[in-house]
Amino acid sequence: MQRLLLKRIQAGLEGLGEFAQLAIDTAWSIRYQRPSWRHFVDQLHFIGVKSQSVVLTTGAATGMVLCAQTYFQFHKVKMDTATGAVVSVGMCSELGPVLAGLMLTGRVGAAMSAELGTMKVTEQIDALRTLATHPVDYLVVPRVLATIVSAPLLTAQSVVVGILASYLIGVNLLGIEGAYYLANMRRYTDPVDVLTGLIKAVIFGTIISLVSCLKGLGCRQGAEGVGHATTESVVAASISILVVNFFLTLLLTRLFHG
Amino acid sequence: MIEVRDVHKSFGTQAVLRGTSLRIGKGEAVVIIGRSGGGKSILLKHFIGLIRPDSGNVFVDGKDLAPMDERDLLPVRRNFGMLFQMAALFDSLDVFENVGFVLRREGRHDEAEIRRLVAEALDMVELPGIEKKMPAELSGGMRKRVGLARAIVYRPSILLYDEPTTGLDPVAGARIDRLIRRVWEQLNVTSIAVTHDMKSARTIGNRIVMLHEGRIHADAPTEEIFASTDPILYNFVNGIATERTEPT
Repeated sequence: MQRLLLKRIQAGLEGLGEFAQLAIDTAWSIRYQRPSWRHFVDQLHFIGVKSQSVVLTTGAATGMVLCAQTYFQFHKVKMDTATGAVVSVGMCSELGPVLAGLMLTGRVGAAMSAELGTMKVTEQIDALRTLATHPVDYLVVPRVLATIVSAPLLTAQSVVVGILASYLIGVNLLGIEGAYYLANMRRYTDPVDVLTGLIKAVIFGTIISLVSCLKGLGCRQGAEGVGHATTESVVAASISILVVNFFLTLLLTRLFHG
Repeated sequence: MIEVRDVHKSFGTQAVLRGTSLRIGKGEAVVIIGRSGGGKSILLKHFIGLIRPDSGNVFVDGKDLAPMDERDLLPVRRNFGMLFQMAALFDSLDVFENVGFVLRREGRHDEAEIRRLVAEALDMVELPGIEKKMPAELSGGMRKRVGLARAIVYRPSILLYDEPTTGLDPVAGARIDRLIRRVWEQLNVTSIAVTHDMKSARTIGNRIVMLHEGRIHADAPTEEIFASTDPILYNFVNGIATERTEPT
């Protein structure tokens, strides 16, 4: 039992080390190598443009549910018009970035690790290396940059759609006065809430892309290996997002609100 | 020139190379033979730094690969071209992008020049005009020939072939052998192939090296190897299974 625990801890530390090494290699490559803009644009299209429907649907659904639940509780104490403020702050600083991050992990992270994993088992990564090309330069950097650019943009879209959806539900379905709904929303939503969400989105985008690339590049042989790599990347990135979000909330709140 | 000195390599508890030493001179056509799973491809990948030895050294043109990191190895690898067992073409790129990959990455040639060099390489492997095809549209033999075109287009000085005829019908295999021979003769390169196909070995190699139980068991000109009476070599060359050498 103790040996198993030690083995798990060792594997966890090795994983963190590999993640840090990939992050350093990626940062070095971005700084000193010429990135392939064509691949960056391709990835931007795949990660950013093609993820919009998933992320927007998630944002809208979350905004509506949060609005309804908040209203049901606040209605009991006659605070109906504060619903908009709760939805807005919640979406901007927490739910928007976290849910967009989780959806991106499922859609983009899984695809990245499966693609790189397949390249690994079919020797395409080795072929790349024999062609005097570093896999980090050619495969990882465009994906990381595209995810870092896409994640905050998608989060912003998700937040806006979530708030709009909550307004429609709150005002048209639940009967909250629209002017008060908006006024309270503006009054209690601070620009730093928006900034907090965007900073989180950038960090989550970095985590998703690096974890997915790491798992794909480290894929074991065979179809089973690709399956494992994909599952591991989704699980690792999702848990990382949830854990990091907690610490970011503490850190950024302390930083921005004193 | 490539030199391997006392290289050991294990995967878990399985020792694959157990003190392998070998020198390959410039312009030679060497074939490494041996049983399946005997470490031939592992040895080949040591030459180009795709796999690092547990102990021992690999020298390429006098440079020791051991202390080099992945980035230091990139300029060394520029001297190599490699044809993989399953060709390892990039499946998201078409034939032109695959073959012209290095030329485009290096950025030293304009697009028209790259097109000309790619067409020339495809001509050499007898596949003219297929630039627009995707790897999925090609047969196994065609994929290998495109892989060969990709390996020679930037004129490396050393060409590595990992099981070049595996998975091909006899006619396609013979065609690949002929192309490998022609590339060696016309481009004046060092050619190193790994195979257990003895017909192929006879066509493409001037010197044959046999890897057996992780060490070099025989190293001689092709005809000497085929005439050898050494039991291990004789049984392997003639495909004779004995009790002791039954499948592993």
